[in-house]
Amino acid sequence: MELMENISKIQAFASKFNETNLAFSPTSIADAKNTLLHLDFPTTKTEFWKYTRLAKLAQLRLNQEKIRENEQVIAPLSDNGIVRITNGYITSFSKEIAGLTITPFSKCSEQQLSLIGKKADLTQNIFLALNTLYSQEGLFIEVEENAQIEGVFQLLFHTHGENCFAPFRVFIHVKKGSSFKLIQQFTASGEHLFSLPIVEYLIEENARISCDKLQMENASSFLLCEDYSIQKRNSTVLLNTFSISGAWVRNNSSFLIEGENCETNLNGAYLLKDLQHLDNHTIVDHIAPHCNSNELYKGILSGKATGIFNGKVFVRPNAQKISAFQSNANVLLSDDASVNSKPELEIYANDVKCSHGSTTGQLDEDAVFYLRARGLSEKSARSLITQAFIAEVVDKVEQKEVQDFIKNKLIELHDWTN
Amino acid sequence: MINIVNLHAEVEEKKILKGLNLNVKAGEIHAIMGPNGSGKSTLASILAGKEDYTVTDGNVEFDGKDLLELSTEDRARQGLFLAFQYPIEIPGVSNVNFLKSALNEIREYRGEEPISAKEFLALVKEKSALVELDSKLASRSVNEGFSGGEKKRNEIFQMAMLNPKLAILDETDSGLDIDALRIVANGVNKLRSPKNAAIIITHYQRLLDYIIPDFVHVLYDGKIVKSGGKELALELEEKGYDWIKEELASNAD
Repeated sequence: MELMENISKIQAFASKFNETNLAFSPTSIADAKNTLLHLDFPTTKTEFWKYTRLAKLAQLRLNQEKIRENEQVIAPLSDNGIVRITNGYITSFSKEIAGLTITPFSKCSEQQLSLIGKKADLTQNIFLALNTLYSQEGLFIEVEENAQIEGVFQLLFHTHGENCFAPFRVFIHVKKGSSFKLIQQFTASGEHLFSLPIVEYLIEENARISCDKLQMENASSFLLCEDYSIQKRNSTVLLNTFSISGAWVRNNSSFLIEGENCETNLNGAYLLKDLQHLDNHTIVDHIAPHCNSNELYKGILSGKATGIFNGKVFVRPNAQKISAFQSNANVLLSDDASVNSKPELEIYANDVKCSHGSTTGQLDEDAVFYLRARGLSEKSARSLITQAFIAEVVDKVEQKEVQDFIKNKLIELHDWTN
Repeated sequence: MINIVNLHAEVEEKKILKGLNLNVKAGEIHAIMGPNGSGKSTLASILAGKEDYTVTDGNVEFDGKDLLELSTEDRARQGLFLAFQYPIEIPGVSNVNFLKSALNEIREYRGEEPISAKEFLALVKEKSALVELDSKLASRSVNEGFSGGEKKRNEIFQMAMLNPKLAILDETDSGLDIDALRIVANGVNKLRSPKNAAIIITHYQRLLDYIIPDFVHVLYDGKIVKSGGKELALELEEKGYDWIKEELASNAD
């Protein structure tokens, strides 16, 4: 029997995990090991984790269970191009799509591998370190120069079983002049599951990506998503995050805008009930001039749900003539639901347009009365107003079929009248 | 149609209605006038079912039913309509979509089939023309970004769509210019029939030039203190309310 007293919580947590054989750069692996040796689970004293407790997650004793068969809990939206990832392993591969090359990390070139993890700082982030050290498989998606990929491509992340840890790494390289539409769907079945998918995006000149993340895990799952995006000149990024179900969800989204004339749009909607916990952290870092960024996050919370929005925008000295807008609005439907909203702007340039706003309130009772006075039941009136509040975010989704999917899912989960 | 007997109501322990009586029959239009703070809008709110008010005494019979026992939506489904003094803006809720849901919930309540999309569109076209409401406006978010006049026209449009037995117009004329007033009044007049009735709450006689009432009542200090024909409105316009207050004072002596 090992003596357990001298090891940290994170070391105990990771004790059953298997080190990766993937050819990440040797320095990344060394850095990840070093981080896990010297850092532990952050506490709420750490600003970045002020409102999200990690104690319950840290207590879990998880394994990495290799799974090769699929389990489907939610049907995919289309069969255009699908990769299924179950418990951190690729379980089905996409058909060939012109303009798109999808390669498992194990078959990537050195040049491709050298791109991974470049702008993600391993030294301060235990989750990035866990992902780097223990991801057994990864996916490199490359969109050819000037390729306009038709339809949406889907990454279906699913975790199932008991006590499973599912780290996975994706790198998406959208080359010059190309455009790519992606859905990432997160589902879970089973108990004590922790999914840790990390996705990096490199968006080259004149390229465009739109990505819809649909988070639909279950009542005993932990989901931590990290996104790292780098944008070159004249590129456009649209990321929509819908937190629909799942006991505990944390999103860390970081956007580095390196090139001029970029457009960066981040939208999020969260509908939380019971004991659900969701924490959205975004960082938008403007380095180059003449760029626009917009953030719109809206949430509806009931039961004893807790929500967090923390949006940070940096405007570096050289980032003149940019505009950056950020808005977070919340509706609390119960006395026990709570939300912490913290928009932050750090501006070091002097010719910029920036604004942020945050509101938290209740459903407009006068509006409910107005609709009831026209003959709508109280339930219909409330669900109409709630849906309208979220619709502003749903409308940001580019594909009608994805919009409808989200709307129907919400109607089903929240028993809204259609 | 509606029979209000000895209605007493208060808000936050402040007595507002102090024994109001009013009987409106099918085919009639009643105007209720009165100075500020006399309880006119309170009456409208109570009839529509707003929960901020407490009825402490009296009863209201509407089409054979105890109105005060019904929920707000059931009052609407029974055929009561309130045109709001201050129509609410509801961002993101489409005016026509919500009206379609409302119409269908009303139909379901009455055991009727839901309206078809085609029938509904025809109805929207017909009724929006009645109040000269741009059909684009009709399909926008409820009252969002509407001018004061457009909001009031939208109230009458909704009333026309739902075709109520009893319409209560709460200061529908306030904030309207003369053209909008004419349009709104024209809409109300076209909906007038021997089967339905209206209560028109107003400050000024002006609206009553366009909608001719069968009866005019003066509401003062929570009660109806004087009733008459349409000529009473003209008298009030000319002399104000003070003579009524004096008359009341001398009767009390």
